[in-house]
Amino acid sequence: MITLKINGLNVTVEEGTTVLEAAKFLGFPIPTLCHMEGLSPYGACRLCVVEIGESPKSRLVSSCTYPAEAGLIVRTSSARVVKARKMVIELLLATCPQSKVIQDLASEHGVRQQRFRQEHEDCILCGLCLRMCSEQMMAHAIGFRGRGEHRSLGTPFDAKSEVCRLCGGCIYVCPACQLRCTYNQPEKAICGGCGNLEPPCVDKPQFDDMMCYMTPCVACEIKKD
Amino acid sequence: MFAYWNAKFDFIGEEDMIAEEVARVVEKHADRRGALISVLEDIQQKYGYLSRGALEAVALKSRRSLVDIYSVATFYRAFSLSPRGRHLVSACVGTACHVRGAPGVVEELKRRLGINPGATTTDREFTLETVNCLGACALGPIVVVDGRYNPNVGVAKVEPIIAKAIRGSEADDALHDERIFPLNVQCPRCGHSLLDEAHLVDGQASIRLRGNADGQSGWINLSRLYGSVHSVTDTLFPNDSITSFRCPNCDHDLAGPVHCNDCDAPMVPLGITGGGIVQFCSRRGCPSHTLDLDSGRSGATAAFNAPERGSAS
Ligand code: SF4
Ligand code: SF4
Ligand code: SF4
Ligand code: FES
Ligand code: FES
Repeated sequence: MITLKINGLNVTVEEGTTVLEAAKFLGFPIPTLCHMEGLSPYGACRLCVVEIGESPKSRLVSSCTYPAEAGLIVRTSSARVVKARKMVIELLLATCPQSKVIQDLASEHGVRQQRFRQEHEDCILCGLCLRMCSEQMMAHAIGFRGRGEHRSLGTPFDAKSEVCRLCGGCIYVCPACQLRCTYNQPEKAICGGCGNLEPPCVDKPQFDDMMCYMTPCVACEIKKD
Repeated sequence: MFAYWNAKFDFIGEEDMIAEEVARVVEKHADRRGALISVLEDIQQKYGYLSRGALEAVALKSRRSLVDIYSVATFYRAFSLSPRGRHLVSACVGTACHVRGAPGVVEELKRRLGINPGATTTDREFTLETVNCLGACALGPIVVVDGRYNPNVGVAKVEPIIAKAIRGSEADDALHDERIFPLNVQCPRCGHSLLDEAHLVDGQASIRLRGNADGQSGWINLSRLYGSVHSVTDTLFPNDSITSFRCPNCDHDLAGPVHCNDCDAPMVPLGITGGGIVQFCSRRGCPSHTLDLDSGRSGATAAFNAPERGSAS
Protein backbone atom coordinates (compact mmCIF):
# COMPACT_ATOMS: atom_id res chain seq x y z
CA MET A 1 0.00 0.00 0.00
CA ILE A 2 1.21 3.50 -0.83
CA THR A 3 0.18 6.80 0.69
CA LEU A 4 0.14 9.94 -1.43
CA LYS A 5 -1.33 13.39 -0.99
CA ILE A 6 -3.95 14.68 -3.39
CA ASN A 7 -5.10 18.29 -3.01
CA GLY A 8 -3.86 18.18 0.58
CA LEU A 9 -5.65 14.94 1.54
CA ASN A 10 -3.77 11.75 2.27
CA VAL A 11 -5.00 8.68 0.46
CA THR A 12 -3.70 5.13 0.71
CA VAL A 13 -3.98 2.99 -2.39
CA GLU A 14 -2.65 -0.29 -3.65
CA GLU A 15 0.57 -0.34 -5.60
CA GLY A 16 -0.04 -0.04 -9.32
CA THR A 17 -3.00 2.30 -8.92
CA THR A 18 -2.86 5.32 -11.20
CA VAL A 19 -3.09 8.87 -9.89
CA LEU A 20 -6.39 9.18 -11.75
CA GLU A 21 -7.88 6.22 -9.90
CA ALA A 22 -6.61 7.52 -6.56
CA ALA A 23 -8.17 10.93 -7.20
CA LYS A 24 -11.45 9.30 -8.25
CA PHE A 25 -11.38 7.34 -5.01
CA LEU A 26 -11.23 10.60 -3.06
CA GLY A 27 -13.90 12.10 -5.24
CA PHE A 28 -11.82 14.70 -7.05
CA PRO A 29 -13.07 14.99 -10.59
CA ILE A 30 -10.51 14.82 -13.39
CA PRO A 31 -11.86 15.09 -16.91
CA THR A 32 -10.77 12.32 -19.28
CA LEU A 33 -11.26 11.59 -22.92
CA CYS A 34 -9.03 8.78 -24.09
CA HIS A 35 -9.36 6.87 -20.83
CA MET A 36 -11.95 4.17 -20.41
CA GLU A 37 -12.31 1.58 -17.73
CA GLY A 38 -11.58 -1.86 -19.11
CA LEU A 39 -9.14 -0.55 -21.68
CA SER A 40 -5.43 -0.08 -21.11
CA PRO A 41 -4.34 3.50 -20.28
CA TYR A 42 -3.02 5.28 -23.32
CA GLY A 43 -2.30 8.90 -22.44
CA ALA A 44 -3.13 10.43 -25.81
CA CYS A 45 -5.45 13.33 -25.08
CA ARG A 46 -3.65 14.96 -22.12
CA LEU A 47 -6.99 16.17 -20.77
CA CYS A 48 -6.38 14.47 -17.45
CA VAL A 49 -3.28 16.53 -16.62
CA VAL A 50 -2.46 17.05 -12.94
CA GLU A 51 0.43 18.84 -11.29
CA ILE A 52 2.82 16.72 -9.24
CA GLY A 53 5.59 17.76 -6.89
CA GLU A 54 6.09 21.16 -5.35
CA SER A 55 6.93 24.36 -7.15
CA PRO A 56 9.27 25.43 -8.53
CA LYS A 57 10.00 21.82 -9.51
CA SER A 58 6.42 20.72 -10.04
CA ARG A 59 5.41 19.34 -13.40
CA LEU A 60 2.36 18.31 -15.37
CA VAL A 61 1.70 14.65 -16.05
CA SER A 62 -1.24 12.71 -17.43
CA SER A 63 -2.92 11.19 -14.41
CA CYS A 64 -4.41 8.25 -16.32
CA THR A 65 -0.95 6.83 -17.01
CA TYR A 66 0.99 8.05 -13.97
CA PRO A 67 1.34 5.41 -11.25
CA ALA A 68 0.81 6.48 -7.65
CA GLU A 69 4.08 6.84 -5.74
CA ALA A 70 4.61 6.99 -1.98
CA GLY A 71 4.73 10.60 -0.78
CA LEU A 72 3.65 12.02 -4.15
CA ILE A 73 2.03 15.45 -3.91
CA VAL A 74 -0.71 15.93 -6.48
CA ARG A 75 -2.89 18.91 -7.33
CA THR A 76 -5.79 18.23 -9.64
CA SER A 77 -7.04 21.76 -10.26
CA SER A 78 -4.25 24.23 -9.70
CA ALA A 79 -4.16 27.33 -11.88
CA ARG A 80 -1.50 25.69 -14.03
CA VAL A 81 -3.58 22.55 -14.49
CA VAL A 82 -6.71 24.50 -15.39
CA LYS A 83 -4.79 26.56 -17.94
CA ALA A 84 -3.28 23.45 -19.57
CA ARG A 85 -6.62 21.69 -19.62
CA LYS A 86 -8.31 24.62 -21.33
CA MET A 87 -5.57 24.65 -23.92
CA VAL A 88 -6.11 20.96 -24.58
CA ILE A 89 -9.81 21.56 -25.04
CA GLU A 90 -9.13 24.42 -27.42
CA LEU A 91 -6.90 22.17 -29.46
CA LEU A 92 -9.52 19.43 -29.49
CA LEU A 93 -12.12 21.96 -30.61
CA ALA A 94 -9.80 23.10 -33.37
CA THR A 95 -9.46 19.50 -34.55
CA CYS A 96 -12.93 18.08 -34.29
CA PRO A 97 -15.58 20.68 -33.39
CA GLN A 98 -18.43 18.43 -34.48
CA SER A 99 -17.87 16.00 -31.63
CA LYS A 100 -20.59 16.19 -29.03
CA VAL A 101 -18.18 14.88 -26.40
CA ILE A 102 -15.70 17.66 -27.06
CA GLN A 103 -18.43 20.29 -27.17
CA ASP A 104 -19.67 19.13 -23.77
CA LEU A 105 -16.14 19.26 -22.37
CA ALA A 106 -15.71 22.79 -23.69
CA SER A 107 -18.92 23.99 -22.14
CA GLU A 108 -18.13 22.31 -18.82
CA HIS A 109 -14.80 24.09 -18.65
CA GLY A 110 -16.00 27.42 -19.90
CA VAL A 111 -14.10 27.31 -23.17
CA ARG A 112 -16.07 29.42 -25.64
CA GLN A 113 -13.70 29.80 -28.51
CA GLN A 114 -10.43 28.49 -29.76
CA ARG A 115 -7.51 30.41 -31.22
CA PHE A 116 -6.25 28.00 -33.85
CA ARG A 117 -7.00 27.25 -37.47
CA GLN A 118 -10.32 25.48 -37.59
CA GLU A 119 -10.32 21.95 -39.02
CA HIS A 120 -12.97 19.30 -39.21
CA GLU A 121 -11.15 16.05 -38.64
CA ASP A 122 -13.04 12.79 -38.38
CA CYS A 123 -10.73 11.48 -35.72
CA ILE A 124 -8.76 12.86 -32.79
CA LEU A 125 -6.45 9.84 -32.68
CA CYS A 126 -7.45 8.98 -29.13
CA GLY A 127 -6.98 5.27 -29.84
CA LEU A 128 -10.15 4.25 -27.98
CA CYS A 129 -11.58 2.34 -30.91
CA LEU A 130 -8.51 0.23 -31.56
CA ARG A 131 -8.13 -0.62 -27.89
CA MET A 132 -11.81 -1.53 -27.77
CA CYS A 133 -11.40 -3.67 -30.87
CA SER A 134 -8.29 -5.51 -29.71
CA GLU A 135 -8.75 -5.64 -25.94
CA GLN A 136 -12.46 -6.19 -25.54
CA MET A 137 -13.59 -7.57 -28.88
CA MET A 138 -10.38 -9.54 -29.48
CA ALA A 139 -10.70 -8.73 -33.15
CA HIS A 140 -7.63 -6.59 -33.87
CA ALA A 141 -9.25 -5.32 -37.02
CA ILE A 142 -8.22 -1.66 -36.90
CA GLY A 143 -5.11 0.23 -35.90
CA PHE A 144 -3.02 3.32 -36.47
CA ARG A 145 -1.41 3.81 -39.85
CA GLY A 146 1.33 6.23 -40.84
CA ARG A 147 2.69 8.90 -38.57
CA GLY A 148 2.81 12.60 -37.98
CA GLU A 149 0.19 14.50 -39.88
CA HIS A 150 -0.52 11.40 -41.96
CA ARG A 151 -1.47 9.31 -38.95
CA SER A 152 -4.86 7.81 -39.37
CA LEU A 153 -7.03 5.05 -38.09
CA GLY A 154 -8.48 2.20 -40.02
CA THR A 155 -7.95 -1.23 -41.46
CA PRO A 156 -4.72 -2.27 -43.20
CA PHE A 157 -4.75 -1.10 -46.84
CA ASP A 158 -8.20 0.39 -46.15
CA ALA A 159 -9.54 -2.97 -47.22
CA LYS A 160 -12.66 -4.60 -45.87
CA SER A 161 -11.48 -6.42 -42.79
CA GLU A 162 -11.64 -10.18 -42.67
CA VAL A 163 -11.50 -10.17 -38.90
CA CYS A 164 -13.95 -7.40 -37.99
CA ARG A 165 -16.82 -8.84 -36.02
CA LEU A 166 -19.23 -6.08 -36.99
CA CYS A 167 -19.80 -5.49 -33.30
CA GLY A 168 -19.95 -1.71 -33.49
CA GLY A 169 -17.72 -1.40 -30.43
CA CYS A 170 -15.43 1.06 -32.18
CA ILE A 171 -18.28 3.39 -33.04
CA TYR A 172 -19.71 3.09 -29.56
CA VAL A 173 -16.55 4.43 -27.90
CA CYS A 174 -15.53 6.99 -30.49
CA PRO A 175 -15.77 10.54 -29.15
CA ALA A 176 -15.83 11.86 -32.69
CA CYS A 177 -18.94 9.96 -33.69
CA GLN A 178 -20.52 8.70 -30.50
CA LEU A 179 -23.65 10.64 -31.14
CA ARG A 180 -24.11 9.44 -34.63
CA CYS A 181 -24.89 12.00 -37.12
CA THR A 182 -28.07 11.17 -39.01
CA TYR A 183 -27.09 12.99 -42.15
CA ASN A 184 -27.20 9.73 -44.04
CA GLN A 185 -30.90 9.42 -43.46
CA PRO A 186 -32.31 12.00 -45.85
CA GLU A 187 -35.52 12.50 -43.99
CA LYS A 188 -33.54 13.56 -40.96
CA ALA A 189 -30.99 15.77 -42.71
CA ILE A 190 -29.67 18.65 -40.61
CA CYS A 191 -30.85 17.15 -37.41
CA GLY A 192 -28.97 19.49 -35.10
CA GLY A 193 -27.77 16.55 -33.08
CA CYS A 194 -24.23 17.82 -32.99
CA GLY A 195 -25.36 21.21 -31.72
CA ASN A 196 -23.31 23.09 -34.30
CA LEU A 197 -24.44 26.49 -35.48
CA GLU A 198 -22.91 25.55 -38.80
CA PRO A 199 -23.40 21.80 -38.99
CA PRO A 200 -20.42 20.20 -40.75
CA CYS A 201 -22.75 17.88 -42.64
CA VAL A 202 -23.75 20.75 -44.89
CA ASP A 203 -20.47 20.92 -46.77
CA LYS A 204 -18.98 17.51 -46.11
CA PRO A 205 -20.62 14.91 -48.29
CA GLN A 206 -18.56 12.01 -46.99
CA PHE A 207 -19.60 12.87 -43.49
CA ASP A 208 -22.20 10.13 -43.61
CA ASP A 209 -20.21 7.13 -42.50
CA MET A 210 -17.22 8.84 -41.02
CA MET A 211 -15.42 6.62 -38.59
CA CYS A 212 -17.12 3.42 -39.54
CA TYR A 213 -15.01 0.42 -40.51
CA MET A 214 -17.86 -1.93 -41.09
CA THR A 215 -19.28 -2.73 -44.49
CA PRO A 216 -22.20 -2.77 -44.40
CA CYS A 217 -22.40 -0.79 -41.20
CA VAL A 218 -24.65 -2.38 -38.65
CA ALA A 219 -25.45 0.95 -37.10
CA CYS A 220 -26.51 2.99 -40.08
CA GLU A 221 -26.69 0.27 -42.77
CA ILE A 222 -24.77 2.21 -45.34
CA LYS A 223 -23.07 0.10 -47.95
CA LYS A 224 -19.70 1.38 -49.05
CA ASP A 225 -18.68 0.69 -52.59
CA MET B 1 -9.08 -18.53 -31.82
CA PHE B 2 -7.85 -15.61 -33.84
CA ALA B 3 -9.27 -15.54 -37.26
CA TYR B 4 -6.13 -14.20 -38.90
CA TRP B 5 -4.30 -17.39 -38.10
CA ASN B 6 -6.33 -19.27 -40.58
CA ALA B 7 -7.32 -16.47 -42.90
CA LYS B 8 -6.78 -17.65 -46.44
CA PHE B 9 -4.72 -15.86 -49.02
CA ASP B 10 -4.60 -16.88 -52.63
CA PHE B 11 -0.96 -17.06 -53.54
CA ILE B 12 -0.10 -17.84 -57.08
CA GLY B 13 3.20 -17.88 -58.89
CA GLU B 14 5.30 -15.04 -57.59
CA GLU B 15 3.23 -14.83 -54.47
CA ASP B 16 4.13 -18.41 -53.65
CA MET B 17 7.74 -17.39 -53.86
CA ILE B 18 7.10 -14.39 -51.64
CA ALA B 19 5.38 -16.62 -49.11
CA GLU B 20 8.34 -18.98 -49.10
CA GLU B 21 10.84 -16.17 -48.78
CA VAL B 22 8.82 -14.59 -46.00
CA ALA B 23 8.65 -17.89 -44.18
CA ARG B 24 12.43 -18.15 -44.40
CA VAL B 25 12.95 -14.59 -43.12
CA VAL B 26 10.47 -15.00 -40.27
CA GLU B 27 12.14 -18.28 -39.34
CA LYS B 28 15.53 -16.59 -39.32
CA HIS B 29 14.41 -14.01 -36.78
CA ALA B 30 12.11 -16.35 -34.87
CA ASP B 31 14.21 -16.50 -31.74
CA ARG B 32 14.22 -12.75 -31.21
CA ARG B 33 11.43 -10.83 -29.62
CA GLY B 34 10.52 -7.65 -31.40
CA ALA B 35 12.14 -8.86 -34.58
CA LEU B 36 9.35 -7.48 -36.73
CA ILE B 37 11.43 -4.56 -37.98
CA SER B 38 14.30 -6.87 -38.95
CA VAL B 39 11.86 -9.10 -40.79
CA LEU B 40 10.40 -6.17 -42.71
CA GLU B 41 13.88 -4.80 -43.43
CA ASP B 42 14.96 -8.12 -44.91
CA ILE B 43 11.88 -8.32 -47.10
CA GLN B 44 12.26 -4.73 -48.23
CA GLN B 45 15.92 -5.42 -49.01
CA LYS B 46 14.98 -8.43 -51.09
CA TYR B 47 12.04 -7.00 -53.05
CA GLY B 48 12.67 -3.27 -52.80
CA TYR B 49 9.30 -2.71 -51.19
CA LEU B 50 6.71 -4.34 -48.97
CA SER B 51 3.90 -5.71 -51.06
CA ARG B 52 0.50 -6.43 -49.65
CA GLY B 53 1.04 -10.13 -50.24
CA ALA B 54 4.32 -10.01 -48.33
CA LEU B 55 2.78 -8.22 -45.35
CA GLU B 56 -0.10 -10.68 -45.27
CA ALA B 57 2.37 -13.53 -45.41
CA VAL B 58 4.33 -12.02 -42.51
CA ALA B 59 1.12 -11.83 -40.49
CA LEU B 60 0.35 -15.43 -41.27
CA LYS B 61 3.82 -16.75 -40.55
CA SER B 62 4.65 -14.71 -37.47
CA ARG B 63 1.18 -15.05 -35.98
CA ARG B 64 0.87 -11.36 -35.49
CA SER B 65 -2.10 -9.36 -36.55
CA LEU B 66 -1.88 -7.63 -39.89
CA VAL B 67 -2.97 -4.38 -38.21
CA ASP B 68 0.21 -4.22 -36.10
CA ILE B 69 2.45 -5.09 -39.02
CA TYR B 70 0.78 -2.50 -41.21
CA SER B 71 1.16 0.10 -38.44
CA VAL B 72 4.89 -0.50 -38.24
CA ALA B 73 5.33 -0.67 -42.02
CA THR B 74 3.58 2.66 -42.54
CA PHE B 75 5.27 4.33 -39.55
CA TYR B 76 8.88 4.20 -40.70
CA ARG B 77 10.08 6.17 -43.70
CA ALA B 78 12.56 3.40 -44.47
CA PHE B 79 9.73 1.10 -45.53
CA SER B 80 7.95 1.57 -48.80
CA LEU B 81 4.63 -0.02 -49.61
CA SER B 82 4.87 0.66 -53.31
CA PRO B 83 7.58 -0.57 -55.67
CA ARG B 84 10.68 1.57 -55.77
CA GLY B 85 12.84 2.45 -58.73
CA ARG B 86 16.26 0.98 -59.49
CA HIS B 87 17.91 4.20 -58.34
CA LEU B 88 16.94 5.92 -55.13
CA VAL B 89 17.48 9.68 -55.13
CA SER B 90 17.18 11.31 -51.71
CA ALA B 91 17.36 15.08 -51.58
CA CYS B 92 17.97 16.62 -48.18
CA VAL B 93 15.54 19.39 -47.30
CA GLY B 94 16.73 19.80 -43.72
CA THR B 95 17.20 23.29 -42.32
CA ALA B 96 20.83 23.73 -43.37
CA CYS B 97 20.28 22.34 -46.85
CA HIS B 98 17.11 24.39 -47.15
CA VAL B 99 18.91 27.69 -46.59
CA ARG B 100 21.66 26.58 -48.95
CA GLY B 101 19.18 26.13 -51.75
CA ALA B 102 17.68 22.64 -51.44
CA PRO B 103 14.20 23.76 -52.60
CA GLY B 104 15.62 24.75 -55.99
CA VAL B 105 17.45 21.43 -56.24
CA VAL B 106 14.28 19.51 -55.43
CA GLU B 107 12.40 21.51 -58.07
CA GLU B 108 15.08 20.65 -60.62
CA LEU B 109 15.01 16.96 -59.64
CA LYS B 110 11.24 16.98 -59.98
CA ARG B 111 11.51 18.59 -63.39
CA ARG B 112 14.27 16.29 -64.68
CA LEU B 113 12.70 13.10 -63.40
CA GLY B 114 9.12 14.19 -63.98
CA ILE B 115 7.94 12.94 -60.60
CA ASN B 116 7.10 14.36 -57.22
CA PRO B 117 8.97 13.36 -54.06
CA GLY B 118 7.73 9.99 -52.89
CA ALA B 119 6.95 8.82 -56.42
CA THR B 120 8.68 6.44 -58.83
CA THR B 121 9.12 7.02 -62.55
CA THR B 122 6.93 4.87 -64.76
CA ASP B 123 9.94 3.01 -66.15
CA ARG B 124 10.81 2.06 -62.55
CA GLU B 125 14.25 3.62 -62.91
CA PHE B 126 14.12 6.41 -60.31
CA THR B 127 12.45 6.97 -56.97
CA LEU B 128 12.67 10.49 -55.61
CA GLU B 129 12.35 11.23 -51.94
CA THR B 130 13.11 14.09 -49.63
CA VAL B 131 14.75 13.57 -46.25
CA ASN B 132 15.25 15.86 -43.29
CA CYS B 133 18.96 16.16 -42.60
CA LEU B 134 21.55 13.53 -43.40
CA GLY B 135 24.04 14.81 -40.86
CA ALA B 136 26.31 16.42 -43.42
CA CYS B 137 24.89 19.94 -43.16
CA ALA B 138 28.20 21.72 -43.83
CA LEU B 139 28.30 20.08 -47.27
CA GLY B 140 24.71 20.89 -48.19
CA PRO B 141 22.66 20.82 -50.22
CA ILE B 142 23.13 17.07 -50.22
CA VAL B 143 21.63 14.68 -52.74
CA VAL B 144 22.19 10.98 -52.10
CA VAL B 145 21.96 8.71 -55.10
CA ASP B 146 22.05 4.97 -54.43
CA GLY B 147 23.87 5.53 -51.17
CA ARG B 148 26.45 7.94 -52.58
CA TYR B 149 26.56 11.44 -51.16
CA ASN B 150 26.79 14.32 -53.59
CA PRO B 151 27.78 17.48 -51.71
CA ASN B 152 27.14 21.14 -52.58
CA VAL B 153 24.54 20.31 -55.19
CA GLY B 154 23.29 23.29 -57.12
CA VAL B 155 20.62 23.28 -59.80
CA ALA B 156 23.28 22.87 -62.47
CA LYS B 157 24.67 19.72 -60.86
CA VAL B 158 21.37 17.88 -60.95
CA GLU B 159 21.58 16.80 -64.56
CA PRO B 160 25.11 15.27 -64.28
CA ILE B 161 24.11 13.48 -61.08
CA ILE B 162 21.17 11.83 -62.79
CA ALA B 163 23.29 11.00 -65.84
CA LYS B 164 25.88 9.43 -63.58
CA ALA B 165 23.26 7.29 -61.86
CA ILE B 166 22.09 6.04 -65.24
CA ARG B 167 25.68 5.17 -66.28
CA GLY B 168 26.28 3.44 -62.98
CA SER B 169 28.30 5.39 -60.48
CA GLU B 170 30.66 2.54 -59.54
CA ALA B 171 32.29 2.19 -62.92
CA ASP B 172 32.49 5.93 -63.21
CA ASP B 173 34.24 6.43 -59.91
CA ALA B 174 36.81 3.75 -60.54
CA LEU B 175 37.80 5.43 -63.79
CA HIS B 176 37.98 8.94 -62.41
CA ASP B 177 39.39 8.41 -58.96
CA GLU B 178 43.16 8.91 -59.14
CA ARG B 179 43.76 6.73 -56.11
CA ILE B 180 42.33 3.75 -57.92
CA PHE B 181 44.34 1.99 -60.64
CA PRO B 182 44.64 -1.59 -61.81
CA LEU B 183 47.57 -3.85 -60.79
CA ASN B 184 49.09 -6.80 -62.60
CA VAL B 185 49.79 -9.33 -59.86
CA GLN B 186 51.55 -12.68 -59.77
CA CYS B 187 52.19 -15.39 -57.22
CA PRO B 188 55.26 -14.41 -55.17
CA ARG B 189 56.34 -18.04 -55.12
CA CYS B 190 55.89 -19.48 -58.61
CA GLY B 191 55.57 -16.18 -60.49
CA HIS B 192 52.40 -17.30 -62.26
CA SER B 193 49.98 -14.49 -63.11
CA LEU B 194 46.98 -14.43 -60.80
CA LEU B 195 44.73 -12.49 -63.15
CA ASP B 196 41.51 -14.17 -64.16
CA GLU B 197 39.87 -12.80 -67.31
CA ALA B 198 36.81 -15.01 -66.87
CA HIS B 199 35.59 -13.39 -63.67
CA LEU B 200 35.20 -9.64 -63.69
CA VAL B 201 35.26 -7.56 -60.52
CA ASP B 202 34.80 -3.78 -60.85
CA GLY B 203 34.50 -4.44 -64.57
CA GLN B 204 38.07 -5.72 -64.81
CA ALA B 205 39.82 -9.07 -64.79
CA SER B 206 40.14 -10.12 -61.14
CA ILE B 207 42.76 -11.66 -58.87
CA ARG B 208 41.74 -15.28 -58.39
CA LEU B 209 42.86 -17.13 -55.28
CA ARG B 210 41.87 -20.24 -53.41
CA GLY B 211 40.60 -19.42 -49.94
CA ASN B 212 40.20 -21.51 -46.83
CA ALA B 213 38.57 -20.36 -43.61
CA ASP B 214 36.67 -22.03 -40.82
CA GLY B 215 36.90 -25.39 -42.55
CA GLN B 216 35.31 -24.05 -45.74
CA SER B 217 37.19 -23.58 -48.93
CA GLY B 218 36.33 -21.91 -52.19
CA TRP B 219 37.30 -19.38 -54.83
CA ILE B 220 37.80 -15.73 -54.01
CA ASN B 221 38.10 -13.13 -56.71
CA LEU B 222 39.56 -9.83 -55.54
CA SER B 223 39.39 -6.58 -57.40
CA ARG B 224 42.66 -5.77 -59.13
CA LEU B 225 41.95 -2.07 -58.67
CA TYR B 226 44.27 -0.76 -56.00
CA GLY B 227 42.09 0.89 -53.34
CA SER B 228 38.95 -1.08 -54.17
CA VAL B 229 37.74 -3.50 -51.50
CA HIS B 230 35.34 -5.35 -53.79
CA SER B 231 35.54 -9.09 -54.08
CA VAL B 232 33.43 -11.99 -55.24
CA THR B 233 33.44 -15.44 -53.71
CA ASP B 234 31.51 -18.65 -54.18
CA THR B 235 31.69 -19.53 -50.50
CA LEU B 236 30.18 -17.68 -47.54
CA PHE B 237 33.21 -17.00 -45.40
CA PRO B 238 32.04 -15.48 -42.16
CA ASN B 239 32.97 -11.85 -41.55
CA ASP B 240 36.06 -11.42 -39.38
CA SER B 241 37.34 -14.91 -40.12
CA ILE B 242 41.00 -15.17 -41.14
CA THR B 243 41.30 -16.73 -44.57
CA SER B 244 44.34 -18.63 -45.71
CA PHE B 245 44.97 -17.93 -49.37
CA ARG B 246 46.63 -20.28 -51.84
CA CYS B 247 47.96 -19.74 -55.31
CA PRO B 248 45.76 -21.63 -57.80
CA ASN B 249 48.85 -22.65 -59.76
CA CYS B 250 51.41 -23.85 -57.16
CA ASP B 251 49.00 -24.23 -54.22
CA HIS B 252 51.50 -22.51 -51.94
CA ASP B 253 50.07 -20.89 -48.78
CA LEU B 254 50.46 -17.18 -49.41
CA ALA B 255 50.36 -15.87 -45.81
CA GLY B 256 53.39 -13.65 -45.20
CA PRO B 257 55.45 -12.79 -42.12
CA VAL B 258 53.97 -9.28 -41.70
CA HIS B 259 50.90 -8.78 -39.51
CA CYS B 260 48.12 -6.29 -40.06
CA ASN B 261 48.48 -2.98 -38.22
CA ASP B 262 44.77 -2.82 -37.51
CA CYS B 263 43.78 -6.33 -36.57
CA ASP B 264 47.00 -8.33 -36.31
CA ALA B 265 45.95 -10.99 -38.82
CA PRO B 266 48.72 -12.12 -41.23
CA MET B 267 49.09 -9.95 -44.30
CA VAL B 268 49.11 -11.67 -47.70
CA PRO B 269 51.82 -10.42 -50.07
CA LEU B 270 51.39 -10.67 -53.84
CA GLY B 271 54.03 -9.81 -56.36
CA ILE B 272 53.51 -7.02 -58.85
CA THR B 273 54.66 -7.83 -62.36
CA GLY B 274 57.75 -5.73 -62.97
CA GLY B 275 58.61 -5.25 -59.29
CA GLY B 276 56.99 -4.35 -56.00
CA ILE B 277 54.68 -6.03 -53.52
CA VAL B 278 51.07 -5.37 -52.65
CA GLN B 279 49.88 -6.75 -49.31
CA PHE B 280 46.36 -7.11 -48.02
CA CYS B 281 44.97 -8.27 -44.70
CA SER B 282 43.70 -11.85 -44.59
CA ARG B 283 40.83 -11.04 -42.21
CA ARG B 284 37.55 -10.86 -44.02
CA GLY B 285 36.10 -7.38 -43.69
CA CYS B 286 39.40 -5.69 -42.74
CA PRO B 287 40.19 -3.14 -45.47
CA SER B 288 43.86 -2.80 -44.56
CA HIS B 289 46.32 -3.04 -47.47
CA THR B 290 49.74 -1.68 -48.37
CA LEU B 291 51.70 -1.13 -51.53
CA ASP B 292 55.49 -1.37 -51.66
CA LEU B 293 57.20 -0.28 -54.81
CA ASP B 294 60.85 -0.96 -54.95
CA SER B 295 61.64 2.68 -55.62
CA GLY B 296 65.34 1.95 -56.21
CA ARG B 297 64.42 0.20 -59.44
CA SER B 298 63.53 2.50 -62.22
CA GLY B 299 61.32 -0.02 -63.91
CA ALA B 300 58.98 -0.27 -60.95
CA THR B 301 56.45 2.30 -62.03
CA ALA B 302 56.10 0.54 -65.34
CA ALA B 303 54.37 -2.21 -63.42
CA PHE B 304 51.22 -0.17 -63.44
CA ASN B 305 48.90 0.26 -66.28
CA ALA B 306 48.35 3.96 -66.66
CA PRO B 307 44.88 4.75 -65.34
CA GLU B 308 42.47 5.02 -68.21
CA ARG B 309 40.74 8.34 -67.93
CA GLY B 310 38.07 10.18 -69.77
CA SER B 311 36.90 7.12 -71.62
CA ALA B 312 33.51 7.17 -69.90
CA SER B 313 32.03 9.96 -71.99
S1 SF4 C 1 -16.93 -3.32 -35.38
FE1 SF4 C 1 -15.09 -4.35 -36.17
S2 SF4 C 1 -13.52 -2.79 -36.10
FE2 SF4 C 1 -15.17 -2.07 -34.74
S3 SF4 C 1 -14.64 -2.85 -32.70
FE3 SF4 C 1 -15.97 -4.36 -33.62
S4 SF4 C 1 -14.54 -5.81 -34.55
FE4 SF4 C 1 -13.37 -3.95 -34.17
S1 SF4 D 1 -11.82 6.87 -34.64
FE1 SF4 D 1 -12.74 7.76 -32.81
S2 SF4 D 1 -12.19 6.37 -31.16
FE2 SF4 D 1 -10.86 5.90 -32.87
S3 SF4 D 1 -9.03 7.12 -32.49
FE3 SF4 D 1 -10.35 8.34 -33.82
S4 SF4 D 1 -11.54 9.61 -32.43
FE4 SF4 D 1 -10.64 7.97 -31.20
S1 SF4 E 1 -26.48 15.48 -39.51
FE1 SF4 E 1 -25.47 17.45 -39.47
S2 SF4 E 1 -26.46 18.54 -37.79
FE2 SF4 E 1 -26.92 16.35 -37.50
S3 SF4 E 1 -25.33 15.59 -36.16
FE3 SF4 E 1 -24.63 15.22 -38.25
S4 SF4 E 1 -23.44 17.05 -38.72
FE4 SF4 E 1 -24.65 17.60 -36.92
S1 FES F 1 -7.43 10.56 -20.33
FE1 FES F 1 -5.40 10.67 -19.65
S2 FES F 1 -4.39 11.31 -21.48
FE2 FES F 1 -6.41 11.04 -22.16
S1 FES G 1 20.23 19.70 -43.39
FE1 FES G 1 20.86 18.52 -45.12
S2 FES G 1 22.38 17.29 -44.23
FE2 FES G 1 21.67 18.40 -42.48
